[in-house]
Amino acid sequence: MSRNENLLEVDGLRTVFDTSEGVVRAVDGVDVTVRRGECLGVVGESGSGKSVTFSSVMGLVRSPGRIESGAIRFEGQDLTRLSTREMRAIRGRDISMTMQDALTALNPALTVGEQLSEMLDAHDDDLPARGAARRRAIRDKSVEMLRLVGIPSPDSRLGQYPHEFSGGMRQRIMIAIALAPGPKLLIADEPTTALDVTIQAQVLELISDIRARLGMSVVLITHDLGVVAEHCDRVMVMYAGQVVEEGSTVDVISNPQHPYTRGLLGSIPRLSLRGKPIRPIQGQVPNLVGLPPQCRFYSRCPERTDACLQSVEMRSVGPDRRARCIALTQEEVA
Amino acid sequence: MSLGKLAERLLHLVPVLLGVSVIVFLMMALTPGDPVDIMIGDQNVTPEQEQAMREDLGLDLPVHRQFFVFLGNAVQGDFGTSFYHRRPVLDVIVERLPATIELSLVALIIALVTAIPLGVLAAIRRNSILDKMATVGSLLGVSLPGFWFGILLLMLFAVHLQLLPVSGRIGFDSEIEPITHFLLIDTLLRGRPDAFWDAFKHILLPAITLGLPMTAILMRVTRTSMLEVMRQDYIVFAEAKGLKRGRILFRHALKNALIPTVSVAAIETGSLLGGNMIVETVFGWPGLGRLVVESVFLRNYPLVQAAVLFYAVTYVLLNFIADILYTTLNPRVKL
Repeated sequence: MSRNENLLEVDGLRTVFDTSEGVVRAVDGVDVTVRRGECLGVVGESGSGKSVTFSSVMGLVRSPGRIESGAIRFEGQDLTRLSTREMRAIRGRDISMTMQDALTALNPALTVGEQLSEMLDAHDDDLPARGAARRRAIRDKSVEMLRLVGIPSPDSRLGQYPHEFSGGMRQRIMIAIALAPGPKLLIADEPTTALDVTIQAQVLELISDIRARLGMSVVLITHDLGVVAEHCDRVMVMYAGQVVEEGSTVDVISNPQHPYTRGLLGSIPRLSLRGKPIRPIQGQVPNLVGLPPQCRFYSRCPERTDACLQSVEMRSVGPDRRARCIALTQEEVA
Repeated sequence: MSLGKLAERLLHLVPVLLGVSVIVFLMMALTPGDPVDIMIGDQNVTPEQEQAMREDLGLDLPVHRQFFVFLGNAVQGDFGTSFYHRRPVLDVIVERLPATIELSLVALIIALVTAIPLGVLAAIRRNSILDKMATVGSLLGVSLPGFWFGILLLMLFAVHLQLLPVSGRIGFDSEIEPITHFLLIDTLLRGRPDAFWDAFKHILLPAITLGLPMTAILMRVTRTSMLEVMRQDYIVFAEAKGLKRGRILFRHALKNALIPTVSVAAIETGSLLGGNMIVETVFGWPGLGRLVVESVFLRNYPLVQAAVLFYAVTYVLLNFIADILYTTLNPRVKL
């Protein structure tokens, strides 16, 4: 197998939810590329489809949701064609995920040690085959993982339940569980949203640190462009089920091409702009049922023209740089 | 849970029992019908003999004195003499108790082993044919009166198919010297598998009848809480970990879903005792329930009082056990 530079390639993914009001097109033709060893930031408001995109990658979309079309290639293998059993072997082992709120993501009735060791038991091939040696190896590895994420006196804390830890500690434990089998890709879904600001920085440092040490790729799903600026190599901005802009973090933040990205950057409070009002984006994300074939940002866009009332494709706007805005092409062409 | 807390909870029993004993006593005392009249029946008795009987049984005293006599004796474990059996009430009850406990336990086991798997299955196959059948079945289970369902089973399996016996605990040929007084255990201890089989055939129909409403309730509780649990983030996370489906269902989901089921089961076991009166009467089961029914008709006050007190203690204790089980299963709760 050729060692492709791209670890994950998603092509034209469409994930829909069948509801009583109609088909909700939560992810509508999304392309994603994650390279080996990089950190990709995925930014968007609630309902932009960023979490559903990566639930689809994990094969975790549940009824009434379904993947309508598209390919999800991980190391060249199309995950949408795998059986349940084959997909289960990839989840956790190759692609791992952390969830927004560790309090609800950790099972309240099982000890932290059990939740960590079952992950190792399911996926770690380096352990002794069975018996006491295997149990001891799992325990040692569990302690090692807790130490890696900075839990003090990990040995004695394996027998405790999630509610006996603080919010930041729980987040670290969830990260320890996700990283235990040494995955190639970590999908961190809003890893800091549920945390205090001081703890947020620690947890993000931890993820960056471990990424560098283990050489894995990270997808950081967030709605905080500040987090992306600090930790991600590239960024992908999503709006209403579509990607609207992507490129290297520096380029996108210093020279945003899509009005929505500009809007997102304008709504961040900054000390350098003290005294000037924050400019939030007006309006709301459109209802994803029966969208007309026009630019999805049309109703909220401060730069809209009649030309925006047709469907807009992603366009290349420079090396490794794409955006979805009709105005861009016109400028480029002109 | 500390011993102090345990003692405190047990102390709560006292006012409950006092209240129950007042109510039980008044109910019997205010019910029309005179026990002495009933005992005499058609026999020729002189007024003097009748008066002697009354004094003998303590029925000549005013009602409140009768109550205090009852209470004082009861505290010392003396529940008086059964009017009908002419023996200490406690002896009569203890004699009948094993049959009732055995029947209740078998009913409980039947309920647990059918309700939990069915509830889980109905939840994971939500809206399937099986789920709908289980829903209808559980509705029937709680609404069918025990005496009617019991008679139906009797007619089918005992009368028409003649597969199972009509009444009693064990056949005449299979009677054995008791050890624990639980026949299913004693027959095995005595090395009589044939007698065990006989006792099993006797207990099957009454236990099913008794356990049916409980099965229905527990199935609903398990299904509902399983559905609730399956929607939780920790199940999604367990799936994201790539764990096997069996482990997700039985270790991650069921351990949480069983918390309400176990609590309800412990409390519902109390209602098995109430159901016993009807089921034991229908199936001629020689237990406490049938004894109580007979005693009510005979105005056998001391026995009914003691039995109802026994039911009350058991009920309160079961609630207590439910609380303990709840804290054991749910690490977030400390009693």
